[in-house]
Amino acid sequence: MKRYLLSRLWQSVVTLILATIVVFAGVRALPGDPALALAGEDRDPESLRAIREQYGLDDSLLVQFWQFVSHAARGDLGRSIRTGEPVGSMIAGALPVTIELSILAILVASVIGVGAGVVAAVRRGRPAEWAANALALLGLSVPNFWLGLMAILYLSVALGLFPASGFVPFFSNPIDNLHHLVLPALILGTGLAAVIMRQTRSSMLDALSADYIRTAEAKGLSPRAVIGKHALRNSLIVVVTIVGLQLGALISGAVVTERIFALPGFGKLTVDAVFQRDYPVIQAVVLVTATAYIVINLLVDLLYSVIDPRIRVRGDA
Amino acid sequence: MKPVLEVKDLSVTFRTEDGKLSAVDRVSLEVGDGEVLAVVGESGCGKSVTAMSIAGLLPRTANVDGSVKLDGTELIGADKRTLRSIRGREVAYIFQEPMTSLNPVFTVGHQIGEVLRTHVGLSRQAARARSIELLKLVGIPSAERRVSDYPHQLSGGMRQRVMIAMAVACDPKVLIADEPTTALDVTIQAGILDVLRGLRERLGTSIVLITHDLGVVADLADRVAVMYAGRVVETAQVHELFANPQHPYTAGLLGASPAAGRHAETHRLNEIPGLVPLLSEQPDACTFADRCPRAVDFCTTSQPQLTTGQHQVACWNPVREPVEV
Repeated sequence: MKRYLLSRLWQSVVTLILATIVVFAGVRALPGDPALALAGEDRDPESLRAIREQYGLDDSLLVQFWQFVSHAARGDLGRSIRTGEPVGSMIAGALPVTIELSILAILVASVIGVGAGVVAAVRRGRPAEWAANALALLGLSVPNFWLGLMAILYLSVALGLFPASGFVPFFSNPIDNLHHLVLPALILGTGLAAVIMRQTRSSMLDALSADYIRTAEAKGLSPRAVIGKHALRNSLIVVVTIVGLQLGALISGAVVTERIFALPGFGKLTVDAVFQRDYPVIQAVVLVTATAYIVINLLVDLLYSVIDPRIRVRGDA
Repeated sequence: MKPVLEVKDLSVTFRTEDGKLSAVDRVSLEVGDGEVLAVVGESGCGKSVTAMSIAGLLPRTANVDGSVKLDGTELIGADKRTLRSIRGREVAYIFQEPMTSLNPVFTVGHQIGEVLRTHVGLSRQAARARSIELLKLVGIPSAERRVSDYPHQLSGGMRQRVMIAMAVACDPKVLIADEPTTALDVTIQAGILDVLRGLRERLGTSIVLITHDLGVVADLADRVAVMYAGRVVETAQVHELFANPQHPYTAGLLGASPAAGRHAETHRLNEIPGLVPLLSEQPDACTFADRCPRAVDFCTTSQPQLTTGQHQVACWNPVREPVEV
């Protein structure tokens, strides 16, 4: 297990370094000049040079890269070109919103997806399965932004059930906070729920035809124990993998969802920064996202060994 | 002796895409208290389907007719709750595949204890303590440690012992062992058979032993029912059947078995030509007629019924004298 963890950590570091290089180069390959964006109407060459000098934009790319990496390694992500605020505190403000939104979306997606998947497998060939399949197809094919707009139009504007936009921090008012996040989490979770449902359905069908299910039935266990315990626990191994693989889609989905519901999260920060060519912010945002992605994948791997004892032992050997 | 398990005229058909498929046809069996009944036959002869139908374990596509009485209680057509309370407590199963019959994600102790918690209402600790006793009963060394093992940490033979421990946890009246040794090495097989024999002696459990291995039958059974193409074709006490097989199919089986055939070292093994037919193909004939060396014209036009008595046979032209194999 220890060796496995170490090799995973090493892989993570390599991935992070590569991600840093790619994003540093990518940002600078974008057309547009941050100095121009900052200067606004004032196109005086003198003030442009001053701006470039202030933010180190006139240094060579290698020097700029070294500045970025060496500062980032010390936890200093620089200052925003646009607002002058420290990037670190901008991220600290935006990150909790996105994390909460993502966790809620995964929660919603897992409950709906696993529930519908189990029903579809157990009620195979009956109306319940068709309904679950139809819903999954719908969830996969309808784009997030359209669903979000419709939800705002009908549930928020027409019926007034949920606020259409805005955000209240969890610690200042938990109930209001959840009220604001219900719709975005539902919308963001829809696609994931559909994926989870289909995966749960097929792995449940596999599990239900396994020999150990026959054993469980021969022991006189209730259908609830046979399905909900013996079959589901085995199916979840596959489902956890899928959730892990879908995290990338979830993060990009969060960008769109936050935009629609005007949530002050990571997505909004990213989009604003790209429009403004705010190099330090873009770099930091991608760096943090990549780190988060790597950490979550590591956690997913560790979660397997909790669900499936066979993996635990193989890692020990 | 009053039978513990009484199967009468049991028929099973499956609904398939090609129409109805008959798997078991009017099978009758009796198992006395503490008796070991072996049900033998080739693959696909309906042994396992018969076994599974006893406690209602067949899939929904199966249609079961006839009667199965456990201590006088009718099981065919019983509601699901009744069947669940009988499974694992009064009728318990051991299956062929010890490698896949245990759930890989739970410890063996948990899986044994589950039976006790479901049927006897034991607490978690009490179930664990009893699981350790049961593991000792089936001959698993260092049971205190093994109880926390997962199935993949045990060998095939050990897993089958765990299956047996699970099956006898509630001291069932009838233990149905469906090919319990088929998937195991010969050296392991003997150990498993010893465990089963010990259980019968110590707990007085009646056993229905489903097998195609006549060596296993000779080792453990009191009585034998020979099945062919969904029907019982011969039934007798084990010594009587081995010494004096009357159905040509039984005689053929004995001739094809290296362990049970006499002078096995010096004689070639005989094989029975052809394959087991589908039951639906020949409604008015002896199903064995096509492969039978003793078939007469009559065999293809009329179906023989089981005779009555201690040694029953369903054949128009049975073997009367002891066969030379």
